[in-house]
Amino acid sequence: MQAAPDDALTLRRILQQAKTIAVVGLSAEWHRPSYFAAAYMQGKGYRILPVNPRQAGGHILGMPCVARLEDINVPVDIVDVFRKTDDVGPVAASAIAIGAKCLWQQIGVVNGDADAAARAAGLDSVMNRCVKIEHARLFGGLHWAGVNTGVVSARRRA
Amino acid sequence: MSDRQFQPETLAIHAGQIPDRETGARALPIYQTTSFVFDSADHAADLFNLATFGNVYSRLSNPTVAALEERVAALEGGRAAVASASGMAAEAMALMTLLQQGDHVVAAGALYGGTVTMLAVSLAKFGITTTFVDATRPEAFAAAMQPNTRAVFAESLGNPSLAVLDIAAVADVAHAHGVPLVIDNTVPSPFLCNPIALGADIVVHSATKYLAGHGTTLGGVIVESGKFPWDNGKFPGMTEPSAGYHGVKFYETFGDFGFSMRARMETLRVYGSTLSPMSAWQILQGVETLPLRMERHSSNALAVAQYLRRHPRVGWVNYPGLDEHPQHALVQRQMRHIGGRPAASGLLSFGVQGGLAAGVKFIESAQFMSHLANIGDTRTLMIHPASTTHRQLSDEQQLAAGVPPDMVRLSVGLEHIDDILWDIDQALAASAGA
Repeated sequence: MQAAPDDALTLRRILQQAKTIAVVGLSAEWHRPSYFAAAYMQGKGYRILPVNPRQAGGHILGMPCVARLEDINVPVDIVDVFRKTDDVGPVAASAIAIGAKCLWQQIGVVNGDADAAARAAGLDSVMNRCVKIEHARLFGGLHWAGVNTGVVSARRRA
Repeated sequence: MSDRQFQPETLAIHAGQIPDRETGARALPIYQTTSFVFDSADHAADLFNLATFGNVYSRLSNPTVAALEERVAALEGGRAAVASASGMAAEAMALMTLLQQGDHVVAAGALYGGTVTMLAVSLAKFGITTTFVDATRPEAFAAAMQPNTRAVFAESLGNPSLAVLDIAAVADVAHAHGVPLVIDNTVPSPFLCNPIALGADIVVHSATKYLAGHGTTLGGVIVESGKFPWDNGKFPGMTEPSAGYHGVKFYETFGDFGFSMRARMETLRVYGSTLSPMSAWQILQGVETLPLRMERHSSNALAVAQYLRRHPRVGWVNYPGLDEHPQHALVQRQMRHIGGRPAASGLLSFGVQGGLAAGVKFIESAQFMSHLANIGDTRTLMIHPASTTHRQLSDEQQLAAGVPPDMVRLSVGLEHIDDILWDIDQALAASAGA
C-alpha cells in the first residue's frame, strides 16, 4: 500500500528519526513564526541549524547562522523552509545536494516542483505544514491547547 | 494508508484522551490542581511567550479540561476548542474575542432569552449594537448587515422557538460581508448537526445540556472551524501585535487555531470564566454516551409530538422532526438521519387548550416530568417560558423569540416512551379542570 506523503505515521517517523533541522529563513526576532517553531523544536532536543544570509556569521537561538545549506558541516536531517513558494526551488536543489533526509515546506509554502524533485531524489517531502505544530500534534503539547489533533489511540502517550 | 476519519460514536469516547505516559490510566484522570511546575526559568519563559505548549495555571488550561476541548472540537469537525464555566460564558468569550466598541452584530431574533439579554443589554453597555432579524429568512440577515458588522449570531435550532436556521445560506451572507458566522449548536448537539460542515466559522455550546446530558454540571465550549480568513482587514486584533499578550500576532503565529489561542490568552485568561477540571470530567462522562442518548431523545420526542398533535386538549405542536413542520425540508438537509428519518433532538413545544391557566395546571399536574429551567437532561423536563426563562423580555421581545403566552416547552427525556405519554395524558386530563 502506498503511504500518503504526510499521514500521521509518516510524519511521526520523520520527526522521530531526525536529530538536526536546518531552518532556512530563520528570523532572529523572537515573535516571528520561524523563531517560535525553531525555539520549540530546540526545546524538544533537536539541533537547530540557522540558515539566513542576513544573519550569517552571527547566532540565532545560540547556534551559528550560515548563509547557505552548503555551508553546514554536519549531517542535515530536515530542511525546514520559511521562504516564499517561488523561492523554494534552489533550496530543494541544495537539500538534495547535501544529502538531507527531508524537505519540509512550512504552512503557506507549497512548491509542487520542489516537492517532486525531492521525492525523485529519495527524500521525504512535506508541504504546507508547520514542523512545530505537527510535532506538538503527534507527541503531545498541542492537545493541551484544545486543538483537534486527530490522534485516537489506546497506547500510552509517547 | 491515510489517516482514518473516525465516526462520531468513536470520537465521543476516544478523541482528546490517550493514556498518559506515567500511569497508563485508561479513563481520564482529574487534574485537580491550580498550577503546574516549570522545568526551568527558560521553560517558564517559553511557556509565557507561547513558544512551547504546556500548562501554567488552570485558569488558562488544564489537562482534564483539554480532553473535553479536543473531544468537542473533534465531534464538531473543528480545528480547536476552548471550554468555559457555562454556556453563557462560552457565548461571552466568543463575542468578546471577536468584537470591540463600535462593532455591530446581526443576530437571529429567536434566541435563548439569556443570549438576547447579553446582546441587547450587556454588550450594548460596551458600545456593541445588535440588530435582531427573523431567523427563518436568510435575506433578513443580508438586509441588516452594516459596514461595522463583525459577527452574525444564530442558533442552529432555536430555544425555545425551534426555528431552524438555514446555516449554509446565512453563512454565505456573513462571508459575503467578510465576517464570521457564530452558531449556538446546543440543542442538536454535535451528534445531530455539524454547523462547521455547513459553513459556520465558530460554534458555541452550553455543554450543560446534551453534551453533559444528566442535569448535573454547568459548562460551555467554543469551537473554531480553522477556515475563516482573519487577515481580510476587518479583524486587526487577529493580525496586529496583541496589546493583551506580549505583542503576539495570533493569526500569523497560530494560523488555523489562532482564534482559539486568542480567546484563551486574551479573554479566558483575563475574564476568568474557566471550567473546573471536576466539571470537565463530569461533562466528559456524558459525552461518551452522547450518540446513544441523542438517538433516544429524538425518537422519544418524535413519538411525543405525534401523540400531542392528535390529542384533543392540545391546540398546536411545534417539533422540527414532524413532517408538517414548515421547515422540515431544511431539517431533512441539516440533521443526521437515524432509521431513515432526520433526528431532531428532544425539544418540542405545544399549546394546551385553555391557554395560560390550563398550561400552568398541566405543569402542576405532572407526576415525574420535572418543572425546571433546563434542557437536555435524562429526565423529561417542562417549563412555561413566558413566565420563567423569558420573563425578563418585553412582550414584543418574547414574540420575536418565538414565545407565545400559552406555550409549554418539553425537553423529552430517556424514560420509557409509554410512561412519558402516560404522564402527559394524565396531566392534560387534569388541565381540563383549570
